[in-house]
Amino acid sequence: MRAKSTSANPAIQAAAPEGAAATDVGRLSLWQLMKRRFLRNRLAMAGTVMLVILYLLALLADFFAPYHYLAKSQDYVLLPPQWPRFVDAEGKFHSRPFVYGIETVLDTYNLRYMHKADPTQIYPIGFFVRGAEYKLLGLIPADIHLFGVQEPGTCYILGTDRLGQDLLARTLHGGRVSLTIGLVGVALTIMLGSALGTASGYYGGVTDTLMQRGIEILASFPQIPLWAAFAAAVPPEWSSLKRYFALSVILSLVNWTGLARQVRSKVLAYREMDYTSAARAVGASDWRIILIHMLPNALSHIIVVATLSIPGMILAETSLSFLGLGIQPPMVSWGVLLQDATNVTVIVLNPWLLIPGLFVIVAVLAFNFVGDGLRDAADPFAI
Amino acid sequence: MAISQPVGSTDLLLEVKDLKKHFPIRRGFLRRTVGYVKAVDGVSLRIRRGETFGLVGESGCGKTTTGRCILRLIEPTSGEVILHDPEKGPVHVEALDKDQMRDLRRDLQIVFQDPYSSLNPRLTVQQIVGEPLVVNKIARGKELQDRVAELLAAVGLRSEVMDRYPHAFSGGQRQRIGLARALALNPKFIVADEPVSALDVSVQAQVLNLMEDLQDKFGLTYLFVAHDLSVIEHISKHVAVMYVGKLVESAPTDELFRNPRHPYTEALMSAVPKPDPRAQSARILLTGEVANPAKPPPGCYFHPRCRYAIDRCKVEAPALAEIAPEHLVACWRAAELDLRGIG
Amino acid sequence: MAELDEVLRVDELRTYFYTQEGTVRAVDGASFAVKRGQVLGIVGESGCGKSVAAQSILRIVPPPGRIVGGQIIYHRQVAADGASNLSEMLNLTEMHPRGQEMRSIRGSEISMVFQEPMTSLDPVYTVGDQIMEAITLHQNVDRREARKRAIEMLEQVGMPRPGEIVDNYPHQLSGGMRQRVMIAIALSCHPSLLIADEPTTALDVTTEAQILDLMRNLQKQTGTAIVYITHNLGVIAEMCDDVAVMYLGKVVEQADVDSIFYDPKHPYTQALLRSIPRIGQARKRLEPIKGIVPDPYAIPQGCPFWPRCIHAMPGLCDHDQPEYVPIAPGHSVRCHLFRQEAM
Repeated sequence: MRAKSTSANPAIQAAAPEGAAATDVGRLSLWQLMKRRFLRNRLAMAGTVMLVILYLLALLADFFAPYHYLAKSQDYVLLPPQWPRFVDAEGKFHSRPFVYGIETVLDTYNLRYMHKADPTQIYPIGFFVRGAEYKLLGLIPADIHLFGVQEPGTCYILGTDRLGQDLLARTLHGGRVSLTIGLVGVALTIMLGSALGTASGYYGGVTDTLMQRGIEILASFPQIPLWAAFAAAVPPEWSSLKRYFALSVILSLVNWTGLARQVRSKVLAYREMDYTSAARAVGASDWRIILIHMLPNALSHIIVVATLSIPGMILAETSLSFLGLGIQPPMVSWGVLLQDATNVTVIVLNPWLLIPGLFVIVAVLAFNFVGDGLRDAADPFAI
Repeated sequence: MAISQPVGSTDLLLEVKDLKKHFPIRRGFLRRTVGYVKAVDGVSLRIRRGETFGLVGESGCGKTTTGRCILRLIEPTSGEVILHDPEKGPVHVEALDKDQMRDLRRDLQIVFQDPYSSLNPRLTVQQIVGEPLVVNKIARGKELQDRVAELLAAVGLRSEVMDRYPHAFSGGQRQRIGLARALALNPKFIVADEPVSALDVSVQAQVLNLMEDLQDKFGLTYLFVAHDLSVIEHISKHVAVMYVGKLVESAPTDELFRNPRHPYTEALMSAVPKPDPRAQSARILLTGEVANPAKPPPGCYFHPRCRYAIDRCKVEAPALAEIAPEHLVACWRAAELDLRGIG
Repeated sequence: MAELDEVLRVDELRTYFYTQEGTVRAVDGASFAVKRGQVLGIVGESGCGKSVAAQSILRIVPPPGRIVGGQIIYHRQVAADGASNLSEMLNLTEMHPRGQEMRSIRGSEISMVFQEPMTSLDPVYTVGDQIMEAITLHQNVDRREARKRAIEMLEQVGMPRPGEIVDNYPHQLSGGMRQRVMIAIALSCHPSLLIADEPTTALDVTTEAQILDLMRNLQKQTGTAIVYITHNLGVIAEMCDDVAVMYLGKVVEQADVDSIFYDPKHPYTQALLRSIPRIGQARKRLEPIKGIVPDPYAIPQGCPFWPRCIHAMPGLCDHDQPEYVPIAPGHSVRCHLFRQEAM
């Protein structure tokens, strides 16, 4: 027997529909209410915008970067970023941004080439210029790039790596792998986690006990060595694409246990809900109860958990590739790019090689903001 | 157990005989059973067609479990539940297989206590009230919509509310929606599990009146489970009192309230605060706590709190016996005690 | 000398919650007075603001709630020798909620018992620790003395084996026992005023009777004034000397308990009394209050009760807010019916 809840708790009061718009709110489903609350959350919206930008950059990497991500230039190895400028050495303002030309000299003391900006050469940056050919979205042949400079000028906004490849192009391409491997992994996680979690929670008994013990064993392995072991088992002769999918499967194999537990606990809670009993009392089948009364209620929770687990997957991919166990060159990912930044010399002399790390941070933060926003929005007591 | 209520078999709708539900207590890694919580321990009820049978008791006494076992929402451990159908004759509910049970569910429905957890928040009112019709393939499309509108009208809601979600409604309105769902299959018997105890006082009366109207209109029989004696007295024709999984007393409402024969019933009635400052009388205060159904005391479960207890009560449990027509009591001293009723 | 008899006077209190969805006027014009050594009952349905009013007195309104108007005057007794009732007036609304002044009053001179005995005790400390904390916080005693007093307090609230219970953890106690511990904590510093927010709502009726009995006896012994918040009119009739009836944030009527039950003036009070089922009365149809409690974001203009009121006067009640007017000594009403009489 539950006690009467007659307290004037403002949280409960606030759960009542809005006054003036009461009729509207009553017609809105929980999904629509969730959307309304999400749209009001500034941090979550900022995260969403960041993610849209990141995915657009990755999707249209060939367009946004002036060079092909595999094109090497022996003249410009480890070139520092060439910042676009508006004011030249004489203090004159240019309405169109420009970059200086590069003067390469040999440092006889350290025995290495040094790149210096030459303020006498000014190359204005052109927009929507023709350059290297590529296939837009992998389908449409094109050669237009967002920006570029006239030959013999160069425009390496983020600098180049030790093979003279454009770091901007490589970072944006790397995003394709790093940002999507999480999504594929999470999709697999959702499928595995919801199916096994629902079965475990709904049927209970021996099924549940076995599954929970199995999950406990799986979850008690240290993650990184487990990933490493799986990744090492992937045959080295596999193509990049196969490797990519193998990696996402590995990520989700380790990841689904958490979601399965959460779904199980939700299903256990829904099993005790009176609406489930009511459905059973009118003769609804197990399938109907699971599909109509449990999964739709668990779905918002699943989405939140999934969103919050994407950053972990991005970081996992980055770690594995960084250790050389994940994506292999010539395919690029942020982890592969960060492999170049493994020693102190790099951090001191070529700090721009850490820029892919910045992208990782931004992406992870953005996903966390969005996930937190979704979680707050899904809270049924804060309409 | 000798029950000889002079109830003609024609007007008897539901009979419960020696119903038991023992929940196992499991401990340890291997989930071994170390004992049982005897939530319902030998409950027998005879419910007449068209009447409201009140089942009253404190939390944990097993009244809710009894209601759910009758509908087999919880599978009873043992006992019989017999539905008397004028055409088909007596049906043993506890012995039906899954398919037969599905068919019978149309006759037996339930209304829940918690107006919040009883409605799926993801579904519209139409989907909620229409679910019984869809599941049993009774109506669809326009017909379904018309039927839902009819049901909503019967519980005093306008058909415009059909496309709303539960969060748009107050507790009282949600209980109306729950009633409409229970009525959808034209049931004979409804278990009303504390249907008004989560509602505000001013709304309780609305829902109680509605339930009485629906009973007259559709010829319903209610098993009304509640802890509030004033509500039970108001709505029931016959009342049974439960204590720690067992019936201690069962009688027609007036008889029970005027002339209680079990010391627990007397204490329960005396404990209800009366909304009248001029009618305050001395209370019978029970000492101690309700017995633990996993570890009940020997003898009569009530004896540690009973001020009339004698030595026999501590060792031997009294059986339910008929002390007056239709008045059953489980107390060794029922015949000799002069207990205080109401009014 | 009416002023001197009071321990607390709340005057046109307004406590609003500023949420994203709009302003919830949880308390919007609550006036009531508590006489020294007496019990004031605040009765109302869910959402009427009775709990927020209590939180406002103790200055523990949770954010985003704020006191935006009105006064809470606490009369601190300076010389309690019976002959001279000297007291100083403290305006609690002007104090900082977390300031030294308020903290020295809260829990010591004014203390509180909450509804949920499960959540209001800290599960990781023993019962004794929690009573001793309250004692050492406000009184200058050492641990041994505090422990002795804690055991005394437990004995005073009718706890069996207080010397043992003092070392128990809350989960080892039943709901009724926990509520006794809460009362022991609240009374440990001999407060002038105890605020009890639905202290028995979560309890069973026989346990409720024990707690009500205990509170009444302690109140007689200690002379502590009590503000008793409940939705249960039966409890009000049993416990209180005076009653304030709240509806949607406003006190609509205050009078002595006999007048409230036998001569209620406000249409809401009258309707509320008519709507409850009463034990021991002939089964007659209940008279519910029509409609539902409005949404807190959409409180009607004018008198908040007019859409549900059988005496509503169009053009007046739905337009102007009625004044809170005294109609007899100690009896005030907020209703247009009585403004007209006065004019």
